[in-house]
Amino acid sequence: MCLAVPGRVLDIEERDGTRMANVDFGGVVKEVCLEYLPDLQVGEYAIVHVGFALQRLDEESARQTLELFAELGLLQGEFGDPWETAAAEAGVDPVEEVSNQ
Amino acid sequence: MKYIDEFQDPELARRLLDDIHATVTRPWALMEVCGGQTHSIIRHGIDQLLPEQVELIHGPGCPVCVTPLEVIDKALEIASRPGVIFCSFGDMLRVPGTGRDLFQVRGEGGDVRVVYSPLDALRIAQQNPDREVVFFGIGFETTAPPNAMTVHQARKLGIKNFSMLVSHVRVPPAIEAIMSSPSCRVQGFLAAGHVCSVMGVGEYPELAERFRVPIVVTGFEPLDILEGVRRAVRQLERGEHTVDNAYSRAVRPEGNPAARSMLEDVFEVTDRAWRGIGVIPDSGWRLSSKYRDHDAEHRFSVSGIQTAEPAECRSGEVLQGLLKPHECEAFGTLCTPRTPLGATMVSSEGACAAYYLYRRLDLPATKAREATPVV
Ligand code: SF4
Repeated sequence: MCLAVPGRVLDIEERDGTRMANVDFGGVVKEVCLEYLPDLQVGEYAIVHVGFALQRLDEESARQTLELFAELGLLQGEFGDPWETAAAEAGVDPVEEVSNQ
Repeated sequence: MKYIDEFQDPELARRLLDDIHATVTRPWALMEVCGGQTHSIIRHGIDQLLPEQVELIHGPGCPVCVTPLEVIDKALEIASRPGVIFCSFGDMLRVPGTGRDLFQVRGEGGDVRVVYSPLDALRIAQQNPDREVVFFGIGFETTAPPNAMTVHQARKLGIKNFSMLVSHVRVPPAIEAIMSSPSCRVQGFLAAGHVCSVMGVGEYPELAERFRVPIVVTGFEPLDILEGVRRAVRQLERGEHTVDNAYSRAVRPEGNPAARSMLEDVFEVTDRAWRGIGVIPDSGWRLSSKYRDHDAEHRFSVSGIQTAEPAECRSGEVLQGLLKPHECEAFGTLCTPRTPLGATMVSSEGACAAYYLYRRLDLPATKAREATPVV
């Protein structure tokens, strides 16, 4: 979770008095808060951490970083199913675990 | 084992390596602060491509690893209470507290939920007004601003059933503690790029000057790390010790001013225990008194909980760069990612996990280099 992942802003809207965006991280789309980068525009890239855009990034750097994180298997940790991961690590059957959630 | 042709730009990687090889005349020890950098280094075998004189020491930069046991135990205690929905980032689930972890608490019937963002926890609080929703707020300067904004929002929107168990840590005091230790061997730092994206570089010149240590702000890509090493080694060879930004595409000198001012409003600096290391003065943040209503520690009165770490685990030495993971007796035997003794093994960003994952056991540096005929 200490990783910050670059993503591209798809659209922006105001919610609860807060500027929010849908951001594409190489296929996974998440809701992101833009309060710390209030002038970020649709189509631009930013480093996003736990649902907050923290710093602008150029497209080429963003793409390279995403590729590296995918290769390191770190995107799975960031966006994969955490219960399945925890169950697998604990040696527990994930299906059973998920069904009693 | 990775080869240089697998770098994104092998030609550039080779040029950087050639330059480092040509510059080095004597041994230097550099510490990479961030767990993401550690993984990139081990995965790409960067430590083995570097000249023998350049040693990379892994630093304490994994938030999951350094969260003190006592705070984990507080989290377990709160998560077990009836009526509580306990929200956490996924990688905290299996960090061992005394005797159990959050994953087990859920198995015992606790309502533990994993969120991607602290704002998700706030939404859960809005949707469940009759429940107490607690978010586990851990992490370095990169994670603190999102958590600060979430507490600020909770107050603004008058969401009373939301609180945060806060255990944030700050990098500069950790650098200071590492450099002040009599057994310290670190001569230069590769500072964590994303921490600096938020905080800027203003806290570093004083440290660089006081400890006469170069601090190079560095990213995560293999090429970034090679460039960081190149600049640090160059400074060391010239007897310089300045702050240098090798990650300018993501780090502005002033950081993110909006995030920094929110941090100042919501948090105040406090002494913080680091798991395996002990208390480092001024190395943490807690909620400021203005936000006390949203402080889970206050709301659930768990401040009395005190605990001890397993004696076999040497993660404190690993976190300070005094010991390589495989030099710990429990490594790979008593302690594996499935049966972690310390947080540096359980967290995917921890140094012990990196060594285990990439089977970097006790290959001596020279042998490893022979096995990597690339430079
Ligand atoms: S290998 Fe396990 S027991 Fe040893 S230092 Fe690492 S986490 Fe602790």
